Amino acid sequence: MRTPSQTVGPFFAIGLCRGSESELEPDGVELRGLLLDGRGDGIEDGLVELWDPAGRRWGRCGTGTDGGFAFSVPRDARHLEVTVFARGLLRHQLTRVYLTADGVPGGHETLVAEREGDGLRFDIRMQGENATVFFAH
Amino acid sequence: MSYDGPVVLPDDESLGPEVQVDYPGYRSTQWRAPERPLVTMPEELHALEGPVFGEGGLGANDADLTRQHEGEPLGERIVVHGRVLDEDGRPIRGALVEVWQANAAGRYRHEVDRHPAPLDPNFSGAGRCLTGDDGRYRFVTVKPGSYPWQNHPNAWRPAHVHFSLFGRLFTQRLVTQMYFPGDPLFPYDPIFNSVRDPRSRELLVARFDLEHTQPEWALAYEWDVVLGRGRDTTPLEEQ
Repeated sequence: MRTPSQTVGPFFAIGLCRGSESELEPDGVELRGLLLDGRGDGIEDGLVELWDPAGRRWGRCGTGTDGGFAFSVPRDARHLEVTVFARGLLRHQLTRVYLTADGVPGGHETLVAEREGDGLRFDIRMQGENATVFFAH
Repeated sequence: MSYDGPVVLPDDESLGPEVQVDYPGYRSTQWRAPERPLVTMPEELHALEGPVFGEGGLGANDADLTRQHEGEPLGERIVVHGRVLDEDGRPIRGALVEVWQANAAGRYRHEVDRHPAPLDPNFSGAGRCLTGDDGRYRFVTVKPGSYPWQNHPNAWRPAHVHFSLFGRLFTQRLVTQMYFPGDPLFPYDPIFNSVRDPRSRELLVARFDLEHTQPEWALAYEWDVVLGRGRDTTPLEEQ
């Protein structure tokens, strides 16, 4: 029987954010966004991990006081797998971000990043009318 | 002030290792746990391999939290060791295991922790290692203290060490907490009790290990971690 999950809690930065690991690719395209709770407030103690399944590149970023996160991601990636941890999440949540709208499968239309300046923008909403789609796992 | 006690829901063995993500006794879940039904995971994620980590990212004293400063930290020195396994009991080698914890007084070296207990200049409270070919990991540290939190009146967390693990597959990612046997705070902790199956909850508790306890030096605790594969998958073939 597998070991159950427990929340990452509010103090994970001392163990999981000791160095900058938010560059999946140096000089890639900037992907930034906000991690938001059900009231629309930024989650200031969240951890976002990205995994590029094609290029086997991985990164993670603890959120700032506004819930913000930022990564440098490969320009040629079609999509990235997204893992979200936070105080108040007893198990991590999985979603995905598409870097272009081409060929996005049905049901994933809301998971396409928006263009913002030279980079891309993808907000993650845990709850509410526009809540992000999360995958059962 | 009246005290009704924390909300701890009754046991439910049908839930197995699942945590109840909207556990009402854990207040922070209210605005953060997803409310909508989760959607089916894309099929290819079941077989996706996770990131691979090498020894290059590890420092010399990363697995010994008592040797990361000039002096030794205060507190009860302990060894925490065990295996990282898949659901079929096979050891997972090269798994990145990261830990973080409060010091012996129950204080984290983190700016958000305002518990008025002393920081220890000789304790950072973070470590990491890779499992060996037999799936084994081993840390030396001090036993963390219990500490209060704001969840409900007179709320205290049982002593615990946070664990983050990367298995072989993307679906074998796990963040959890290891507890110590016999902690009197277990019945009052909504995080521990968010695992409502008592047999699964027991898997979060380390075993006191006299055999690996080092005479005149340190108590040992043994804790195996079993990473899952996701429910609807067929086992991968051996590689």
